Amino acid sequence: MNSQHPRLRELKFTLHRIFRNPSAVIGFVLILFFLAVAVFAPYIAPPQYAHNPYLMPHKGFSPTPKPPNKTHIFGTASGQYDIFYGVVWGTRTAFKIGLFVVGIAALAGIALGAISGYYGGIVDEVLMRITDIIWAIPTLVLAMTIVVAFGRGLDKIMIALALVGWRWYVRVIRSEILTLRDQDFVQAAKIMGVSDMKIILRHILPNAIYPALIMASMDMGSMVITASFMSFVGLGAPKGYADWGQMVALARNYIVGPPDDPLKFWYTIVIPGGCIVLFVLGWNLIGDALRDAFDPKLRRR
Amino acid sequence: MLAYITRRSLLLIFVLFGVSVLIFGILMTFSPERRAATFVTSPQQAKDIPRIIKQFGLDDPFYIQYLRWIKEVFKGNLGWSLVASRPVSEAFWNYFPVTLEMNLFAAPIVIIFGIWLGTLSGIHRDTWIDHSTRILAIVGWSLPTFLFALVLLMIFYGYFQILSPGVISDHLSMFILDNPDSFKAYTGLYTLDGILNGRLDITLDALSHLVLPVLTYVIVVVALNMRVMRSGMIEELSKEYVITAVAKGADQKTIHIKHARRNALLPVITVAGQLVALSMEGSVAVEVVYNRHGIGWWLAESAVQLDIPVLMCICLFMAVIFVITNLTLDILYAYIDPRIRLQ
Repeated sequence: MNSQHPRLRELKFTLHRIFRNPSAVIGFVLILFFLAVAVFAPYIAPPQYAHNPYLMPHKGFSPTPKPPNKTHIFGTASGQYDIFYGVVWGTRTAFKIGLFVVGIAALAGIALGAISGYYGGIVDEVLMRITDIIWAIPTLVLAMTIVVAFGRGLDKIMIALALVGWRWYVRVIRSEILTLRDQDFVQAAKIMGVSDMKIILRHILPNAIYPALIMASMDMGSMVITASFMSFVGLGAPKGYADWGQMVALARNYIVGPPDDPLKFWYTIVIPGGCIVLFVLGWNLIGDALRDAFDPKLRRR
Repeated sequence: MLAYITRRSLLLIFVLFGVSVLIFGILMTFSPERRAATFVTSPQQAKDIPRIIKQFGLDDPFYIQYLRWIKEVFKGNLGWSLVASRPVSEAFWNYFPVTLEMNLFAAPIVIIFGIWLGTLSGIHRDTWIDHSTRILAIVGWSLPTFLFALVLLMIFYGYFQILSPGVISDHLSMFILDNPDSFKAYTGLYTLDGILNGRLDITLDALSHLVLPVLTYVIVVVALNMRVMRSGMIEELSKEYVITAVAKGADQKTIHIKHARRNALLPVITVAGQLVALSMEGSVAVEVVYNRHGIGWWLAESAVQLDIPVLMCICLFMAVIFVITNLTLDILYAYIDPRIRLQ
């Protein structure tokens, strides 16, 4: 045990802590399941339109949803879109949104936060004041405004959310780095003549990255929620695109069935809605477990 | 203290200026033709577009257009809303009470429940109380507001047929429209106006329309408050002054409520600003689904119909609310925690 690199040993301990937590296991199982569905989507639900597999196949144009049957195991939504197909390919859409938005936001935020925290001075002042400005408008409101300016579409929603999402990471990484910057090991590295770039990447970031990782995990969920809400409102992809938010929008007029059977169309909302909730829940459970595992106050108890 | 407040207030002005430039900049990415098109009401007028661009100076440099716009904003002229088909500033006061009313009912519940449940789970850490509030928090956090609202509507409006969407029942809103003299809108809040006008039925009706929106909102938003309170409580309970209090034989309840909780409340105040931002986002989804014509609904509708002046107005409004809340919180924080004030 003692021969191992200390960082490796800590990682092992962390993994042990994470997987001791039952909610983390549930979270990982959920996300692995969705990941499998996303990867094997072409086999689970063979696309009908070769040029764009994200288009949901639909037979006819009848606005009334049809209940689950042999050919459509989850039923069809308003406009006769196959719910099963939409849910399967919607998983890919969700991963696309989450990975793109969180990837860009986290990278940009961590880079800017590291620069701002490490160098301080005028760079810090300028970056922080810009962050203050962007911080003043709620995510959803600012993202919606950007989508309006860029024009509708799922790709625009993703860009807008990435443009808004980085501000969280900047603040978190910066405050982490401010506490690390003046510690002895950083000073020692400086005296030994290690380059700034190397100090940040090798010595500071590995110690400051955990809060950002936790946040990224939570963000995977919340960004998918925000994106699906914008799709729901009608700012997303054109009708028929496999996207959970839009499928909920298709169900919107059918939440109340005929008087004798008010829950007749339950499947149109519960199935795509359930996917959103489970996807987000998975990421949040992972994030919560990461927090418990990385929090130095709770770690060794 | 005074210097602190002055510094924060100056920052507030700077942030608001920045926000106005940012929002104006984002919406200036529209070509002059597209912005001119919002003045056009019929196909015949389309040939007037070049004239409109000239007349309103839509192809002037950025700073000239910005200065022109900000001058009008200070005069109280925020432009014309297509969605509301009236001036933005006038429409704003029409929509604002609806949002305000919901938040007035939801905020106390969120604060009280969050603090109460957070304290409980902090004290009884790793017991069933803690685990169940943790599950409540994670599930609430994972529920998209709009989806949860739709499901509640499906159950309570569709299945039980007891609560309906909207702000007030149709027959009552017709009555108010027909008899503007007998029902005066003193505040714009139906629950309060009902009492002021002596029409308790209207108050009760408005309250019944508030049940689902407030419920949705509380369950989705309460998690943040609760979790912060919990970790604050756990941290405080492990401190030495608590051990001292236990050692000298102080009453358990006194230790929890008087000693630990007062200190654990501090981090809750720091996230209150975040809570305000969350509730603004939450009110968009709630208002869209429950068809309550408030600020959030107006925003969503304007985004779909490209009602640019409204987007600008709402962004500015939210920034003002956010910045003022944060300033208040900072002052409050400095007041409560002398360590900050004396630095």
